[in-house]
Amino acid sequence: MTTATDSTRTIVTGSKTGTPPRRAGARNREQLISWAFLAPFLVAFVLFLAWPIVHGIILSFTDQSLTGAGGAFVGFANYVEALGDPKMWQSMGNTVWFTLLSTVPLVVIALVMAALVDRGIPGQWLWRLSFFMPFLLASTVISQIWVWIFNPQVGAANNILEFFGLEPLAWLQNPDTNMLSIVIATVWWTVGFNFLLYLAAMQNIPPQQYEAASLDGAGAWRQFWSITLPQLGPATVLILILQILASLKLFDQAYQMLGGVASDTTRSIVQYIYEAGFVSYRFGYSAAISYVFFALIVILGVVQALITRRRKEQF
Amino acid sequence: MSTATVTATRTEAITTAETRKPRRAHLPGQKPFGPLRITAFVVLLLLAIGWLLPFLWAVATAFKTETDAASGDPGWIGAAGPTIDAFTAILSQGNVYTWAFNSLWTSVAITLITLTISALAAYAFSRLDFTGRKWLFVVIIASIVVPPQVLIIPLFYEMLAFNLIDTYWGLILPQVVAPAMVFILKRFFDAIPIELEDAARVDGAGRLRIFWSIVLPLSRPIMASVGIFVFIAAWNNFLWPFLVINDTTLMTLPVGLQTVISAYGVQYAQVMAQAVLAALPLIVVFLIFQKQIVKGVATSGFGGQ
Repeated sequence: MTTATDSTRTIVTGSKTGTPPRRAGARNREQLISWAFLAPFLVAFVLFLAWPIVHGIILSFTDQSLTGAGGAFVGFANYVEALGDPKMWQSMGNTVWFTLLSTVPLVVIALVMAALVDRGIPGQWLWRLSFFMPFLLASTVISQIWVWIFNPQVGAANNILEFFGLEPLAWLQNPDTNMLSIVIATVWWTVGFNFLLYLAAMQNIPPQQYEAASLDGAGAWRQFWSITLPQLGPATVLILILQILASLKLFDQAYQMLGGVASDTTRSIVQYIYEAGFVSYRFGYSAAISYVFFALIVILGVVQALITRRRKEQF
Repeated sequence: MSTATVTATRTEAITTAETRKPRRAHLPGQKPFGPLRITAFVVLLLLAIGWLLPFLWAVATAFKTETDAASGDPGWIGAAGPTIDAFTAILSQGNVYTWAFNSLWTSVAITLITLTISALAAYAFSRLDFTGRKWLFVVIIASIVVPPQVLIIPLFYEMLAFNLIDTYWGLILPQVVAPAMVFILKRFFDAIPIELEDAARVDGAGRLRIFWSIVLPLSRPIMASVGIFVFIAAWNNFLWPFLVINDTTLMTLPVGLQTVISAYGVQYAQVMAQAVLAALPLIVVFLIFQKQIVKGVATSGFGGQ
């Protein structure tokens, strides 16, 4: 295969360009064409990703305000302030707490859903639609639906509690339950994405393995434990990483379900970035918090890479 | 080898890898209606009902009168019977159409620009030879880890400097850079047999021509899958449009709806009618493109977005 490709290439170059100088000209041409292909993406990449990353770091060392005032270099003052800011730590803590609370159900429920659908029960499209449909909805829409469900006077959540003989709750208004309410809404909203990832991974398992197992007399439950689950390792690692990264970015639904009012028990780190920048107009400080948050994500990435490497060494 | 054969093989390979047909109705040696299968079916049904219920309940509320909606009576149909008053009230509010239009065209623009620039770059990384190819690709792939939320301050500042606050371009441009797309598409292009292009080159076709008439047609399935996904993300994006747009007539649907919720106060039926209306277009998109969306999730997920 490779040899064939190489010989074709040699023939092509050989027939078109004979001498070394002309081949160099062809290389230059290839360079030019390459940069022409890359240019549109690179311009956008530099303008809207690379430069903002660098500029954010620069801003984090200044006292820049939204109105354009300030901008003087303040050294590490913003970072020192951020690390000593109880509100920053509280938002960070809330974000990590939300990530812990949401990740487990978002992975486990997705696995259960996919395992059931993968068993070939008729009505695939209905299951897919039911579980994945909420993921298509805008955060505004899901927030409205859940604010309505969690409404202490007229909402369905308390009707359900009443049905089971439980005390009604103030859900979003109560600092003890507001984070839980956001977790419930989020699990409903986003579990479909993980469900589809698991389903794709399960459908990649060769059916012959199941056939062989069933010939050996293994039942459905046994097949799930001994064939499906062990082969879902890579998919689970991937889903966990994606889920943790997604949960750490909590903002939309928490902000909107509480009507934009910051609650000390639900304020996420992204919301604090937003508040510092667009409510207190402190761009420099906001940029500094952004990078503290980014550092958290990078540290997690490094830890994850180390764990994966260690696991690879073990095998 | 004809192009058609290759296309067929290629498409087949993708379909097998990413979404195979649902498994047979039941596994060999297994009773079609064994107790385990019935239990599985019941659990699945309960889960599906649980997942549909919040939305169905919102739909039911949207068809109630405001008095019934506010009564706290858990019935599906209010005492006054179903009514479309809430929907008429929402639709008579002129802005909803403007917002829907804004959402639609900006999402389409974001999707088309993202697909175009990412595919061109991915092709260069996959097939062309140029100085710095390796490290440039590493830099772009590394940037996947940067959460967009971290960049809101410098991006907003940049939009201020370019005078793009409260403009469509300010809304669109920062959303078109998707390094993950370049990665996914490059991996796909890598798998297209190079012989196809060599044949065209012998015939004297230029790179752009090869890209346009050979590579792009072969990549239609992946472009569709990932494109729909980019579209959904753009349609539902809240934070960036919320920051960059203040002009009511330039708002997208999610941001526009958010601004009127407080104005409605406790008019639950109208709030729910509005939620249902905003959800409808994407549900229709899902029903039409179900296969591509499922594939898009598989590819974008495994691409490490």
